[in-house]
Amino acid sequence: MTMVYEKSKGLTDVPFHYCPGCTHGVIHKLVAESLVELGVLDDTIGVAPVGCSVLAYKYFNCDMQEAAHGRAPAVATGIKRVHPDKVVFSYQGDGDLASIGAGEIVHVAHRAEKITTIFVNNAIYGMTGGQMAPTTLVGQKTTTSPLGRDEALSGKPIRISEMLATIDGAKFVERVSVDTPANIRKAKKAIKRAFECQIKGEGFAIVEVLSTCPTNWGLTPVKALDWLKDNMIPYYPLGNFRNFEEGK
Amino acid sequence: MSKVLMKGNEAVGAAAIKAGCKYFFGYPITPSSEIPEYMSKALPEAGGVFLQAESEVAAINMVYGAGGAGARVMTASSSPGISLKQEGITYIAGAEVPCVIVNMMRGGPGLGSIQPGQADYFQSTRGGGNGDYRTLCYAPSSIQEIVDLVILGFDKADYYRNPVLIVADGMIGQMMEAVEFKDPAPIDLPEKDWATTGTGGKRQPNVVNSLFLQAEELQAHNDRLEKKYKLIEENEVLYEAYGLEEAEVVLVAYGTTSRIVKTAMKQAEAKGIKVGIIRPITLWPFPHDVFKTIGNNAKGILTVEMSAGQMIDDVKIAVEGRLPVYFNGTQGGMVPTPASVLADIEKIAGGTK
Repeated sequence: MTMVYEKSKGLTDVPFHYCPGCTHGVIHKLVAESLVELGVLDDTIGVAPVGCSVLAYKYFNCDMQEAAHGRAPAVATGIKRVHPDKVVFSYQGDGDLASIGAGEIVHVAHRAEKITTIFVNNAIYGMTGGQMAPTTLVGQKTTTSPLGRDEALSGKPIRISEMLATIDGAKFVERVSVDTPANIRKAKKAIKRAFECQIKGEGFAIVEVLSTCPTNWGLTPVKALDWLKDNMIPYYPLGNFRNFEEGK
Repeated sequence: MSKVLMKGNEAVGAAAIKAGCKYFFGYPITPSSEIPEYMSKALPEAGGVFLQAESEVAAINMVYGAGGAGARVMTASSSPGISLKQEGITYIAGAEVPCVIVNMMRGGPGLGSIQPGQADYFQSTRGGGNGDYRTLCYAPSSIQEIVDLVILGFDKADYYRNPVLIVADGMIGQMMEAVEFKDPAPIDLPEKDWATTGTGGKRQPNVVNSLFLQAEELQAHNDRLEKKYKLIEENEVLYEAYGLEEAEVVLVAYGTTSRIVKTAMKQAEAKGIKVGIIRPITLWPFPHDVFKTIGNNAKGILTVEMSAGQMIDDVKIAVEGRLPVYFNGTQGGMVPTPASVLADIEKIAGGTK
């Protein structure tokens, strides 16, 4: 029998705990496949966040450290400075990276720290039960914005990729989505490129991945994908904001 | 090696490098800024990396990353900065990552002052962060001692896989004294086979982590930590004590304050009062047992601190109600005077207090 598909060696055999329809699993797979295809898995150290992907240290088949909420870029900095020849990445959600960890992500980019960040943006705090995130869309209902996000009260959602693209040290910045097979393929390319950016010693690289949260959005997995396409992509346009060859 | 004249903060940096520290992550704050200043020049010369972090919070999390990756790493700050580092310190303790953290204490609470203080005793010994954890706390009273304790601290951090605090008041950081950098006593240290160095395809992945979602797992983890802390309590207590057997009054003080009370002690002895002293060198573990050697002539104990009274709680625990415990304290950068300590000694000895 010919093997046409197998689970990436970049993932352990621990079953994911993610909710049905959550796209974290897909994104984990893309990261794991990229590390294997680049031949760096055994020389990689990952940093897991606080949030839904807090247990990522159990899933990636490489050395891992578990960081405090928002601090993954600082932890990754410490690791990278000790092991400049290894690949170091942080995997963070939008509550973690765009809110409590906004300072750390800005400065890791500012230092052109040679790490790669996978930033999963699902416009909500998933793990704590669906509270408003800095990325929550105006009008979007959450448990702490029960009438919908009020711009007058909470401002507009933050666009991290656009903000980081203004920083010289951020050598690769791209926003992708995993709502369709075509977009998943583009996401894979961007993630791989973000690791290449680090391997080539260019500087900081980040891929923002638009993701769904069917459980806390109160939608079926399929409707959640539609909601992402109809609501998130118009506010968070997909595309490359910085590429290290063109950016030189 | 001959002695050199050095400022306390710079001596801390030199001692760390002597101990093989290769990484320093910090953020400037008075009165400890000379430590990052010194390290920014000396550490790259020693083949290491100095990095000025964007905040104390980031700095301690860089320490967590670097220590978890197997390096000898240090950070330094002063009181409000150490408060910010507490988040990282509890993670570091929970994940059992070795590192050395220096606190050149100033007055508080809040922004307090930039003058020397000893008001972070609770924070240091009770764990300023969340959860059941302990940090080995060394409290030097001279530049020579801070150098020796920084060097020892790196070994102890590695040996126990635990954060080590050097708790000094700003006076120690700012003054100059002659100091000698001695080679540390050799110690058998376990290999860091738990560190995140990349598997190299030769072993299962290592995970540096303080999360245990199953109650039974966390209980087991905490039990294991508790056993380690007991071992530290049994083996790592350091103190200086003398005159306890005959003493009418026993003085308890650490750091700079201990030097002041020694002056008062001499003055009291010149007046015919027998005085003993206990100077804790480790604040945790606290030298409880030495209090049992206080003789029957003792009328009372005087605890002297640059705080509103923090170590005095441990003194009372150690004394177990056998003797009255009195307090002489100053705050805000005010330093206790030998005269005020002498006056208290006389009151206690005369039984008039």
